[in-house]
Amino acid sequence: MATIGETLGPPRERIDPLRWVRQNLFNSWYNGLLTLLALALLAALLRSVLTWALSQADWAVVAVNLRLLMVGTFPSEQIWRVWLCVLLAATLLGLSWGLWPNVARAVGAAACAASFLLALLPFAPTSRGLLALCGALILGGMIAGRRLSIPRADGTGRRAGAWVAGAWLLLLPLVIYLLRGGLVLPAIPTSRWGGLLLTLLLAIVAIVFSFPLGVLLAIGRRSSLPVIRLFCTLYIELIRGVPLITVLFMMQIMLPLFVPGGESIDNVARAMVGFTIFTAAYIAENVRGGLQAIPRGQEEAARALGLNPLLTMGMIVLPQALRIVIPANVGQFISLFKDTSLVAVAGLLDLLGIARSVLAQSEFLGRQSEVLLFVALVYWVFAYSLTYVSRRLEEALGVGQR
Amino acid sequence: MSVRGTTAGATSIPFWRNVRVLSWIGQAAFLLLVALVAAWLYGNVTAGMQRIGIGGGYGFLNQSAGFEIGVKPVPYTPQDSYWRAFLVGVLNTLSVTVLGIVLATILGLLMGIAQLSSNWLIARLAQAYVAIFRNTPLLVQLLFWYLAVFLRLPRVQEAIALPGPIYLSNRGVTMVGLVPTESFGVWLLLVLVGVAAGAALWYFLRRAQERTGLQSPRFLLALLVVALVAVAGWLVLAPSPLAVEVPERRGLNFRGGWQFVPEYAALLLGLVVYTGTFIAENVRAGIQGVARGQTEAAQALGLSRGQVLRLVVLPQALRIIIPPTTSQYLNLAKNSSLAIAIGFPDLFNVSRTITNQTGQVIQMIGLIMASYLAISLTTSLLMNLYNRRVRLVER
Repeated sequence: MATIGETLGPPRERIDPLRWVRQNLFNSWYNGLLTLLALALLAALLRSVLTWALSQADWAVVAVNLRLLMVGTFPSEQIWRVWLCVLLAATLLGLSWGLWPNVARAVGAAACAASFLLALLPFAPTSRGLLALCGALILGGMIAGRRLSIPRADGTGRRAGAWVAGAWLLLLPLVIYLLRGGLVLPAIPTSRWGGLLLTLLLAIVAIVFSFPLGVLLAIGRRSSLPVIRLFCTLYIELIRGVPLITVLFMMQIMLPLFVPGGESIDNVARAMVGFTIFTAAYIAENVRGGLQAIPRGQEEAARALGLNPLLTMGMIVLPQALRIVIPANVGQFISLFKDTSLVAVAGLLDLLGIARSVLAQSEFLGRQSEVLLFVALVYWVFAYSLTYVSRRLEEALGVGQR
Repeated sequence: MSVRGTTAGATSIPFWRNVRVLSWIGQAAFLLLVALVAAWLYGNVTAGMQRIGIGGGYGFLNQSAGFEIGVKPVPYTPQDSYWRAFLVGVLNTLSVTVLGIVLATILGLLMGIAQLSSNWLIARLAQAYVAIFRNTPLLVQLLFWYLAVFLRLPRVQEAIALPGPIYLSNRGVTMVGLVPTESFGVWLLLVLVGVAAGAALWYFLRRAQERTGLQSPRFLLALLVVALVAVAGWLVLAPSPLAVEVPERRGLNFRGGWQFVPEYAALLLGLVVYTGTFIAENVRAGIQGVARGQTEAAQALGLSRGQVLRLVVLPQALRIIIPPTTSQYLNLAKNSSLAIAIGFPDLFNVSRTITNQTGQVIQMIGLIMASYLAISLTTSLLMNLYNRRVRLVER
C-alpha cells in the first residue's frame, strides 16, 4: 500500500534475453573480453571436473565408510540412541517453527527439506525410514506449534512457549546422557564418538558454554573495578593473540601437568574446554562492541527507576546489546564449527579425523580427492545454511533498523 | 530497603554498606582467589615436572637440536642449537605470512571488485568463489591442496611446464627466478636514491598544484623517475644486479630458479584462497558502504572515472575496509600454524618437535605464545598506523 511520501520505483522493463545478454555480458569491449575469457575458463574447469567425476572418481570409498564418517565407531547396536537424539531435536525444532515462525522458519524448513531429500538417497532402508520420520516430526511439530500459538484466554500459547524453551535447555544434557550412557543404559566411552556426530557435539557444547563466559568477560572488561577489568582484558587479548591450535595442544599436553589426575580427563572433554575458552574471548569482544553501542542514557534511566546494577545490566542493557551482536556472534559460531576440524590434528576422530584415517585404508589408497571433497561438502552444507539462517535472523529481528 | 537503613546512612554509612569499601573488598577477594588458583597450578606444575624429571629455565635451548628441517631460509644443520631451529621456524612462519598477506590482499581486492562487476558472469563467478571457500574449513582445504593436488602432480621427468617457465611436479613448484649478484647492494642503494628523488618531485608538484593550480600527472612522473634511475643503474653496473636463473632438470630434481616445496606451496595457496574470500567480502562491503550519491556528485563535478574512484570512493571505502581486514591479516598469521597438518616446518611445528624431544612443555608454550603475540601486535601496530593515515585523508 503506497502512502504519502513513499517513492514509487521506476516501471519494470520487459526482459528480453538478447538485450539482457548485451547489457549484462557485453556492455563494453573489455566486459565482452572478460565474459569470453571467463566462459573459456569455466568450460575448461567444468570439462576437467566432469571427466574426473564421471570417469576417474570412485565414490565407493565414501559409500563404504559412510557410517564411520557419520558416527565414528559408535556401537552399532546402540545406534538408536543417536537417532533418538536427532528425532528429539527434530520435534523441538518443528514446535519452535510453529511457535516462533519469524525466527525458526528458515532453520525448520531447511532441516525438513533436507531430511526428506536425504530419505530419497539410497541408504539402508531403516535409515531412510528414520530420516523420513525426522522430516515428518518437524512438519507435525510445526502444525502443533502453530495450533498452540493461537492466543487463548487461558494463556496456553505463552505456557507452550516456556515449555519448549525449557525443553531446548534440557536437550543438551539429555543428549550427552543418551550418548554416554550410565544408570540403565550401557556406558559408551567418548573415544567411540566420532565423525560428524563428534564434530557437531564439539561445536554445540563449545557454543553453549562459551556464550555465557564471553558475556561475563565482556561485562568484566567494561567494569569500573580495575582488578576485574585488567584480568578480563588480559585473558581476552592473550587468547586472541595465539592460534587456536596452540590452545588445543595446551589442553592436551599441559592439563595433566596443571591438574593432578588430569591424565584421566578424556580427550573429547579437553577439546571441548579448549574450544570454549578460545571462543569465549572472541564472543567477549563482539559483546563488548554491542555494549558500547548502547547509549548511556539507557543505563542512567534504569538506575533512575531504581533498578540495581545487576538488574540494569540484565534487563535493560544486555538484551539490547545482545540483539545488536547476533550477526557477529553467529559468524563466530560458524567459524567455530569450521575450526572443530582442528581436533583432527590433535588426534581426535571427528569428521576430518575419520577422513584422514579412511585415507590410510589400504584398499582405498590414492582416493584423497573423493574423501576430502565429500568431507568439504558436509562442512559446507552446514556452514552455508548457518550463514543463510543468520541472514534471515537479522531480518527477522530487525537488526540495524530499530 | 527499610526506612531505618536510609536514616542511618544520613549520618555515616556503615562499611558493610559502603559501595566503595565493598568493591575493594570484592576485588581483593577476587585477587586472592586468582592468586590461590595460580599458586595451586604452579605447585602442581613444579611437582609434575619434578616427577618426570624436567628442569626449569631456558638453558636447554642451547643444546644441539639433532633433527633436520626440510625448509630453511638460513643455513641450518642438525648440529645447530635448538635456538637456531626455532629461528628457522619463525622465519618460515614470517615468510609464509608476509607473502600470504600480499597475495591474499591482491586476490581479495580483485574478487571484491569482481563481485560488484556490471558483468553478470564475472560477478556470479566471484560470488561462487567466496561462497565455496569461505564455508569450508581451512584445514580441509589445506589437506586437499596438499594431498590431492600438489602430491599427486607428475614426477619431475614429466613435470607440467607452464609458460615462464614454471614447472609443476610432485617436488613442488619451480619457477624462473631472479638471483642477486654482488652488485645487487649498490643497485639497491641507487634505487633508494631514485625513490627519494621521485618522492621529492611528487611533493614539489603537489605543492605547485596547491599554490598555482597547475595540474600534472605527478604520480606517473615520480614513477618514471624511479624507473629511469633503476634502469640506468641496471645498464651501468658491470654484472647486472639480478641474474635471471632458469631452472633445469638435473636427475631427479630441478636446479636453479625459485623452488617452493609442496608443503610451502600448499600452505600458501590454502591460506591465500581462504583469507582472500574474507578480504573480498570486506572490500565489497566497503565499496557498497560508500553512498551512491558520492559517486554521482563527483561525476557531476566533472571528475573522470579514475578520479572518482581514487579521490572520492576509495578513501571512504578504505576507512570501512581496513579494520576488519587487519583482523583477517592476524587470522592469516595465526592460521599459518595449521602447517603442522601438512608437515611444513613453521614456528609451531618446529616448537612441537623441540617440545617432544626435550619435554620442556611450559617454556616452549611460553615461547610459542610470545612469538605469536609479537607477530600479532606488530601487524596490528602497522595496520593501525596505516589506518590513521587513511583517516587523515578523510578529513
